[in-house]
Amino acid sequence: MSISARGVRKLYVTRRRETLALDRVDLDIATGEFVAFVGPSGCGKSTLMNMVAGILAPSEGTILHDGRPVTGINQRVGYMTQADAVLPWRTARENVELPLRLRGVGRAARAAKAAETLAAVGLTGFDNAFPAELSGGMRKRVALAQLLAYGPGTLLLDEPFGALDAQLKLVMQELLLRIWEKAGQTVIFVTHDLGEAVTLAQRVVVFSARPGRIKLIEPIALPRTGRDPFRTRFAPEFERAYSRLWEALAPEIAREEEVVA
Amino acid sequence: MSGLVQQAAGIGTEAPALSPASAALAAADARHRWFVLGARVVVGIAFLLLWHVASGNWIDTLLISSPEAVAGRLWRWLIDGTLWFHLSITLLATVLGFAIGSAVGFSTGLLFGRFNTLADIFDPYISALYSIPKIALAPLFIIWFGIGIESKVAVSAAIVFLVIFLNTYAGVREVNPLYINTTRIMGGGQWAVLRHVIVPSAAAWVITGLKVSVPYALVGTVIGEFMSANRGIGFLIAQATGLFNTTSVYAGIVVLAVVGAVINTGLKHFESWVLRWRP
Ligand SMILES: Nc1ncnc2c1ncn2[C@@H]1O[C@H](COP(=O)(O)OP(=O)(O)OP(=O)(O)O)[C@@H](O)[C@H]1O
Ligand SMILES: [Mg+2]
Repeated sequence: MSISARGVRKLYVTRRRETLALDRVDLDIATGEFVAFVGPSGCGKSTLMNMVAGILAPSEGTILHDGRPVTGINQRVGYMTQADAVLPWRTARENVELPLRLRGVGRAARAAKAAETLAAVGLTGFDNAFPAELSGGMRKRVALAQLLAYGPGTLLLDEPFGALDAQLKLVMQELLLRIWEKAGQTVIFVTHDLGEAVTLAQRVVVFSARPGRIKLIEPIALPRTGRDPFRTRFAPEFERAYSRLWEALAPEIAREEEVVA
Repeated sequence: MSGLVQQAAGIGTEAPALSPASAALAAADARHRWFVLGARVVVGIAFLLLWHVASGNWIDTLLISSPEAVAGRLWRWLIDGTLWFHLSITLLATVLGFAIGSAVGFSTGLLFGRFNTLADIFDPYISALYSIPKIALAPLFIIWFGIGIESKVAVSAAIVFLVIFLNTYAGVREVNPLYINTTRIMGGGQWAVLRHVIVPSAAAWVITGLKVSVPYALVGTVIGEFMSANRGIGFLIAQATGLFNTTSVYAGIVVLAVVGAVINTGLKHFESWVLRWRP
């Protein structure tokens, strides 16, 4: 499902200050495309995701999902938010089952699907654990299992693997790639890890420091399918894309530091 | 079916409970529990002994009766049916008042919590209502509803309503909007959000309200019975007071204490079950 941003601007107004988070953002993401967002902290990546999900409205401009403007909560996306959103009063399994239950899937089918996806993210045996009994990285994986279980056509993933150790991160990347190759979802993947962006995405969007604007859109010349997160980093295309992205990103991060200082 | 899955998964997660470290932890836990239980019994017996010795020796028996007289009175009430005759009506009024008050309080709390404007408009009136001593309503309710059970139910319900309403309202306002948004995105409507997010999230507040209001419900009923009634533990106590029959007064108080403790223990179990997800 295609996603477009047309002249999107977001101004946060609170009593204490006004923050221009995003400005003049134009972007088209094709159906089935895997796009990564990178940019300095606070440049508005999560803000843009929230607007695609319909949680926030743009101050100016529009977001289109399959040609239709997003005006309220967008139930055609699956959203793994940056902050933990698994419900603390439901066990891992009950969390994974919730969207299925909301769709009227029967008990047995739900349980089977939950067991399957929890196993896929490496959480076998933790079905009955409450989120408080899980580590941060495990909670992230529960949220991922939940998305995989109900299979929305568009995935918004906001730093999904940020809390994982380097090895587990590669395993999860591999899992995500295989699932995407099979199901062909449209994916927006926010990350601070340039290598992760290059490994996974077909295009990487670099945002400038706040106010976030699109500074560079870099197509990744690696093959669309069959990428191996354990090896792509040794490909010459990886290196080229990585350094081009870094050239675009580095001054923005420096700029962000100036603002902070 | 899901019970089976649960069991199967339970084997995986609970297996480590048998490790030596957690066994030691469980043993230490059990020792502590037994110690506390033993100490409690000792404190109780010491109190009864003190009472027994004081009665007639240091303080006039007319004022403090004696533990054996109170026990005897309770026993007599139990076998001649007096206890159940009065207790049943007090319990019924308390339970009805508690049920009506908490049901109405819970639903209005949810409503106000979801519609902020409503809450803003009513805020000063609710504060005013909250600050009047609810017991002051008892005579009014007796005028309205007569001396039967209705007026007692009304007093308890009014008190319980306010407590539960305010707690539910506070609980609903505290719900993390992130949970509401993500649940809606994954396909939940208003009803699903209420059921899967708002109610469980507010549960801690609501249960605290329930626990606080149990003694209030009992007090409401008993106050109503003190003022005017011809049946009920409150009536029994009031009647005995009029006759300077302190033994019956203490016996009545013991009954109320036991009833309150039993209900509260039940609620505690309910609480630890509902909030089992908390660390
Ligand atoms: N609810 C809000 N009210 C006011 N300002 C906000 C709000 N949410 C975000 N902002 C501001 O908007 C800017 C962009 O925030 P956003 O969360 O989109 O950044 P981000 O790119 O996702 O950063 P990070 O990489 O650290 O997650 C920040 O400067 C932040 O202070
Ligand atoms: Mg963010």
